[in-house]
Amino acid sequence: MSKPADTSDRTERNFEQVDPPIGWDGQTLYEMLEQSERQTEETGRYCGLDELEMKAEEPFEYEQLFSQLRGALVSARETALHVSASPIVREIGELCFQVYTPEGDCVALSTGIIVHVHTGSLAIKYMIEEDYEHDRGIQPGDIFCNNDNDLGNVHTTDVHTIVPIFEDGELIAWVDGVTHQVDIGGMTRGHDQLASTTRFEDGLYATCEKIGENDKIYQDWRDRCQRSVRTPMYWDLDEKCRLAGCHMIREAIKEMVDDVGADRFKQFMREAVEEGRQTLHSRVEERLFPGTYRDSSFMPVPFEDEAWKPQAKQDMLNHLPVEVEIDADGGIEFDMEGASPPGPHAYNCAEGAMEGGLWVSLTQCLLHDGKVNDGSYLAVDTNYPEGSIVNPQDPSLSYHTSWGSLMPTYNAFWKNVSRGFFARGFREEVVTGYSETGDPLQGGGKYEVTDEYFPVSPFEHSCQGLGASAVRDGLDHGYAMWNPESDMGDVEEWELIEWGLPFLARQMKPDTAGHGKYRGGSGWEGIRMVNNSADVSLYKHVVPGVGFTTSGMSGGYPNATNYSLRAHDTDIQERFENRDPYPVGDSPSGEFDEHIDGDIRRSEKGLYFPEEYENYDLVHYQMGGGPGYGDPLDRPVEKIKEDVEEGIYTPETVESVYGVVGEFDEDDREFTVDEDATERARDRLMEERREEAVDYEEFYESERERVSEGDVSEPAQWMYEGVFDISEEWAESFRDFWELPAEFTFEE
Amino acid sequence: MSTDTTQIEKLIDGELSWEELRNDVLPDPKDPDRFETTRQILQEKVEFDEPILVPLNDHLFAVGTEDGRVVKGECGHEFGPLADNWKEYCKVRVREDESEMRELYPENMTPEPDWQFQLREFFCPECFTLIDVDAVPAGYPVLKPFDPDIDAFYEEWEDRTPPDRE
Repeated sequence: MSKPADTSDRTERNFEQVDPPIGWDGQTLYEMLEQSERQTEETGRYCGLDELEMKAEEPFEYEQLFSQLRGALVSARETALHVSASPIVREIGELCFQVYTPEGDCVALSTGIIVHVHTGSLAIKYMIEEDYEHDRGIQPGDIFCNNDNDLGNVHTTDVHTIVPIFEDGELIAWVDGVTHQVDIGGMTRGHDQLASTTRFEDGLYATCEKIGENDKIYQDWRDRCQRSVRTPMYWDLDEKCRLAGCHMIREAIKEMVDDVGADRFKQFMREAVEEGRQTLHSRVEERLFPGTYRDSSFMPVPFEDEAWKPQAKQDMLNHLPVEVEIDADGGIEFDMEGASPPGPHAYNCAEGAMEGGLWVSLTQCLLHDGKVNDGSYLAVDTNYPEGSIVNPQDPSLSYHTSWGSLMPTYNAFWKNVSRGFFARGFREEVVTGYSETGDPLQGGGKYEVTDEYFPVSPFEHSCQGLGASAVRDGLDHGYAMWNPESDMGDVEEWELIEWGLPFLARQMKPDTAGHGKYRGGSGWEGIRMVNNSADVSLYKHVVPGVGFTTSGMSGGYPNATNYSLRAHDTDIQERFENRDPYPVGDSPSGEFDEHIDGDIRRSEKGLYFPEEYENYDLVHYQMGGGPGYGDPLDRPVEKIKEDVEEGIYTPETVESVYGVVGEFDEDDREFTVDEDATERARDRLMEERREEAVDYEEFYESERERVSEGDVSEPAQWMYEGVFDISEEWAESFRDFWELPAEFTFEE
Repeated sequence: MSTDTTQIEKLIDGELSWEELRNDVLPDPKDPDRFETTRQILQEKVEFDEPILVPLNDHLFAVGTEDGRVVKGECGHEFGPLADNWKEYCKVRVREDESEMRELYPENMTPEPDWQFQLREFFCPECFTLIDVDAVPAGYPVLKPFDPDIDAFYEEWEDRTPPDRE
């Protein structure tokens, strides 16, 4: 399906309407947007602002306004989340509020899932461009909703409630609240579907839809949603949470306008966005190094034996290259030329979501203070190639799990920016990336005690291993790239809604952290058991699984890959009765099997599609570690001793990778290093390097021969051919690199 | 903040305490002299006298020489002109088989062999320090990670002549 026909005629639009325009100074919103974009384009400054007058002349008033607005947003978030019943929102804080100019440019935002700042912006701009002002109508008290990824959203289960704020007949600002739903309908249970291949399997979509007026949600909208999702109570309370927060912020803004006057508030908003843009530019010159940076990420999609839909039953590998250019003027260009085409899977990612990923990355690595808003977005030139997986321009695709493309991409971006930090001497700002937050467990079932449906969507995956920096190890089990306030949530909190899936264990997962002079943060593992339930289906989707998605830096290695493990028809009931041991982990791999009998299924895929589970079946899941930094042989022995004692690495691994030999007393958790044996082991590792490494030319010729004969994996061939089809530029660079004929393809 | 050379030396050596890192080094505003301080400390550490122009990674530097700008390792080994990809001057070891991956990662935590993912380890041909590791599918080109614009940095951002042209 191509894009829906554009029924608007912007060049000949007739603005002569009965109602007066709602924009500033007698303009329509469309005229304001057009003027703002033109002025920004012509001058390179937001709305053509020559200088920040208010900031210069009334700095206290200016900063006070920003602090008040920011405070109102954070306060609304902290208050409104208590309206929600979903632990994803209430416990993990998967919500965010943001305020926009009439043109849809973000001025300030709350804490939380700040990845949505720019997606809300796009949804507002869509409504302006489609002339909702005259066609649909935008009035005080109206409520709009969007979760259409193609119009401005990250993935389907993120839902935006958007409210216009009026002052004396003018739309002075917009406020947007977004929450992550437990369930959005769709072909399977869960919030990040694996099985979906098109929009028509994704679930409930609101396409910048008016869902209420006079501050009240329409009855028909409420009824439609209640009947379209599996968890109507959570939906209802999440929607009320978003709306309550928006209304709190509306009231706060009205008070601010009453205090300073509408004109001052308008000037403040404009200047705050421009200040955000200027701050990013100055940060670039302060912290990075001009030049060109290159990296690539990969997203393996092992669906041949797993997928349900015929078109998806193939092993696919998505290519996510990132080239960053820092120019002499301090500008940033972000280029993904060579990205794979979209596909029959849920990993397609709209341009707005990719921009959101860029924004959330910039605000964590370059712009973590000051005026964090859309100004930083305006400071970057981006190329998400049209027709690629990172900008499909096709609403018919599935976007349910767009994170599968977004997260690997920004690992490459973070490494590129980190090279700039390193070059400039700011080693403490280097981050090699992160473990991607695949969903370790999703699904649902019916709890027999209450005969009610319970969803399974724990957000424990918001605690992954962070990559190493160039001066210290990565943060252990405590990071999610999309929410800098990540929290795995209490076990009891998850059990409050996931009634039929009590926890048996959570523990550190050894050997997940990427090796290096500075190691990546560690991952962890958990085990849960189905209990008192019927009609339970669960699935898993964790990356990386069959292959790496990212590398380490400067001699550091990528984090270990993940796997899947579950047990059906188990003997755990008897074990409980006999007080026999039961599994509390799978470390080392295989330990799980020692404490349970049953139909144990392991797969290196890291994912499986929804499977039926019976009572007393066990499901194991894991979170990954972060990539490492630097040559592992540069890691001090005393640090490695701590690694073993803290359960980051096993003694076998530190001997094999770091050449550190010793005796580990598991009871006292004390690792005694054998210094002589360690010296010999390190010498041996160095000798192996000398013996096994070959000249680059030998490596190149061997790989070239392999490529020219088509002797690369089928998923890799799928990747190369897909990219050749949509990017002549990348195809040419590939053929040039391997000195292949211009007509070379893998399809022979 | 002002420059504390001892602190930067400790930062480079990985010996800075968390308290110093958190209180003195991580917060804004950053030290505007950090680049030059770092460059001079690194210059003292390397086995060559030609000026370091910019550090490229933990063990590699862009260096100005009489023969032009080149890439050098800490030990002094030369990795070709700066315009080239220094990886082409490395010794390379490729891990692809499961047994090779298992030296680094435990069972079940390595790539599926059929997908032919590789770890390409790039070593200094002289001291065999591990300089970089690329995790890529077989057949993937070798990317050059960073092309620094040295003249733009010194002349336009720092308003001075690059050390190799002083």
